[in-house]
Amino acid sequence: MKLKTALMGAVAAVALAPQAIAERGADGHVNIIYWQAVSILNPYLSGGTKDIEAASMIIEPLGRYDNNGVLVPWLAAEVPTVENGGVAQDLTSITWRLKPGILWSDGTPLTSADVVFTWEYCTHPEGGCAQASKFDGVVSVEALDELTVKVTFAGPMPVPYGPFTGGQGPILQKAQFQTCLGAAAPTCTDANFGPVGTGPFVVTDFRPNDVIQMAANPNYRDPAKPRFATVTFKGGGDAAGAGRAVLETGEFDYAWNLQLAPPVLAGMVAAGRGKAISAFGTLVERIEINLTDPSPSLPEGERSTRKHPHPILSDLRVRKALSMAIDRETLVEIGYGQAGRPACTIVPSPPNFASTRTDCLAQDIAGANALLDEAGWVRGPDGVRGKDGRRLSLLYQTSTNAVRQDFQALIKQWWSEIGVETELKNINAGVFFGGDPGSPDTFQKFYADVEMYANNFDGTDPQAYLSAYRCGNEPRPETGWQGENINRYCDPAYDALLDELARTADFEERGRIARQLAEMLTVESYTILPLVDRGRVSAHANTLGGVVLNTWDSELWNVADWYRIK
Amino acid sequence: MTDVLTPPAPEAAPKPPRSPWRDVWDQFRSHRGALAGLVIFTLFLLAAAVGPYIWRVDPTFITIRARNLGPSWTYPLGTDQLGRDMLARMIAGGRISIAVGLTAMALSLVLGTLVGMLAGFFRRLDGPLMRLTDLFLSLPLLPLLLVMVMLFRESLSQRFGPETGIFILIVFAIGITSWMQTARIVRGDVLALKEREFVLAARSIGTPPGRIITRHLLPNVMSPIMVSATLGIANAIITESALSFLGLGFPPDFPTWGRLLFDAVDYIRDYPSRVIWPGVAISLVVLSANYIGDGLRDALDPRIRGR
Repeated sequence: MKLKTALMGAVAAVALAPQAIAERGADGHVNIIYWQAVSILNPYLSGGTKDIEAASMIIEPLGRYDNNGVLVPWLAAEVPTVENGGVAQDLTSITWRLKPGILWSDGTPLTSADVVFTWEYCTHPEGGCAQASKFDGVVSVEALDELTVKVTFAGPMPVPYGPFTGGQGPILQKAQFQTCLGAAAPTCTDANFGPVGTGPFVVTDFRPNDVIQMAANPNYRDPAKPRFATVTFKGGGDAAGAGRAVLETGEFDYAWNLQLAPPVLAGMVAAGRGKAISAFGTLVERIEINLTDPSPSLPEGERSTRKHPHPILSDLRVRKALSMAIDRETLVEIGYGQAGRPACTIVPSPPNFASTRTDCLAQDIAGANALLDEAGWVRGPDGVRGKDGRRLSLLYQTSTNAVRQDFQALIKQWWSEIGVETELKNINAGVFFGGDPGSPDTFQKFYADVEMYANNFDGTDPQAYLSAYRCGNEPRPETGWQGENINRYCDPAYDALLDELARTADFEERGRIARQLAEMLTVESYTILPLVDRGRVSAHANTLGGVVLNTWDSELWNVADWYRIK
Repeated sequence: MTDVLTPPAPEAAPKPPRSPWRDVWDQFRSHRGALAGLVIFTLFLLAAAVGPYIWRVDPTFITIRARNLGPSWTYPLGTDQLGRDMLARMIAGGRISIAVGLTAMALSLVLGTLVGMLAGFFRRLDGPLMRLTDLFLSLPLLPLLLVMVMLFRESLSQRFGPETGIFILIVFAIGITSWMQTARIVRGDVLALKEREFVLAARSIGTPPGRIITRHLLPNVMSPIMVSATLGIANAIITESALSFLGLGFPPDFPTWGRLLFDAVDYIRDYPSRVIWPGVAISLVVLSANYIGDGLRDALDPRIRGR
């Protein structure tokens, strides 16, 4: 009986397969779960990975990084290089040519005007842009003709692929967003919640912080794709729930970022309904240190801004002591197992750019204590240090996640051994990474002394990522709390070195400068305390085919190729 | 049969009269569930009150090498995923959960009695106060609590420290959202009582309202108040656990029973005992408080007493 059923199934599969291959939407429905709910579908207004990745199904960049970190043309006909004449000999400009015949989902053609507009949108002086560092050094973007766009840089740009590439640089439709420039950007709810795109899917219903319904884009450039007619993109819950929904109950087909303790994940995979897939990229779990004063006694609009330096953490010795007290090996063992490595740098990969310094790895409680003594922090009767009537007490916030709360508890204990009192706080991930300027609990506002999360960069060149820490790029009220310099780090020497990186073409030399920049932020100034180089772990159902885990770009980069295994 | 039923011999005049509380206790004793509940509740109270002095293990101390252990002599209830002692965590959790339950109950009782008494006794206040009660009854509790936690957590923890601050916030939040039942019961009883002859008599000899309330009304509404008090404890413990379970409430390193449950959910399959212990503790305390309330209601009602 079983054999007969199997045979019949096989016959049916063979009979249906040719049709299925030829047809858009033939594979029905796919369910995707992101345990951090999506709040907005405009990546220029949100630094949250979940928002960027959800948007990558709808709007697309000119070029994407594939799973090997190689830039491949997406909306562009080819990747411009010096050899094919796309990049100027003096490296000061890059000319992209769009693939002809690409239509927006509303049926109008994609033109170079849209690309120019995207640049204007993100660099508008009156508005904040979450991806401003992608356009670092860009002087002008001009349309040469309907399909050609020329990006000119202030100086030679050895890696001119920052603008308009990767999940953080998709093209917006001018017709839809042209009234949304500058300060008006966050008010264009319809556009931000349902951008018109060139990607394989279009939004049919968007409920912020809950669920997105999508349907196949009727004007998608490949008539046979996407294979799925509709998508339910569910957000919210927690990593364990998302993992269970795919690996154990099979309600969902794809779950993103399963940040779970190793034995928990192994237990789920044992149920046999799906696979956990992982790959190392540039994702680093880190503690960000606030260099500005987050005290609630300051007036709103001045908290966590550069007007008030942090009364405790401005001292390098305190920051160094905090780092020395942490045992990164143990953190990896508790939280990530095989899917993590201890990290001392925020650029763990590719090898040319990864700092090899490992001096943060050894835990040194005695050394940290000595350093704090030297800095003038004396232990009080309850074991907590103090200086000038101020207790060495820190508020340590992160998103709600079992692994992160375990990390908090561990680090709190180590810090208590060096006389630092820690107050822990956890915030719902959807809010923490939501980027809502009205909420006091976002990681950009940073109303805490230290905070922990993970961050990575698109592609294989860290220049844009390191540019995030340029002075002036910090989130502040004037930018609608958008910005990537979360620590409010400001060092002219760093900025000068960044400019040098931007001018340098030699690959080896770029590696040296990038390593030095990353070291300035980490093992030298201890502004960022890297903890774990995290492998990305996601899961897909056994019946979902075509998934290629990509750590260099959006995980949903090839969602158009996904299909149902019958 | 207890000796309550035996009518006192009329000739035994020198024997002092039985105190009414003695009758109550005798009746309460006859309610087996209530008695069991009282024993269990007292045990939990004792464990929470003196437990930390007997079991001197820091509930937040992490022993990395002793993770996920089963029960043993060193760790009677095992350890959690960071090697923290579960027994110590259970005791610490009980301390907080029960403290929140008792304090929130006291607050809601005071509020409820005050509002109910005023509404029942002063006709002019009846309308506004009862509409206020209706208003509070119609508020959805959990969303309101979430908003309160978000709005006031920072300023309170700034002023009183993270633990006391959030304790005050949660007790206050639960207290001011659970007084309505008490207020309605008290008002109903007062409305009936104030027309009774002894109150009329007191009024006719010119007793001021304050005196009437404290001398004549309050003692007579004690029994419904005490019953709603026990139910209030149960309610407050459940609300606190729910808040902690949602990851709000106390800071994450603070073991409360709800937080222990929340932390253990990820490990429910591999280490079910970690979910069972706090779950059982919450259920037992809530159930025993309810039984005590049930027994008290019977014992305090003279019409049921002796049946």
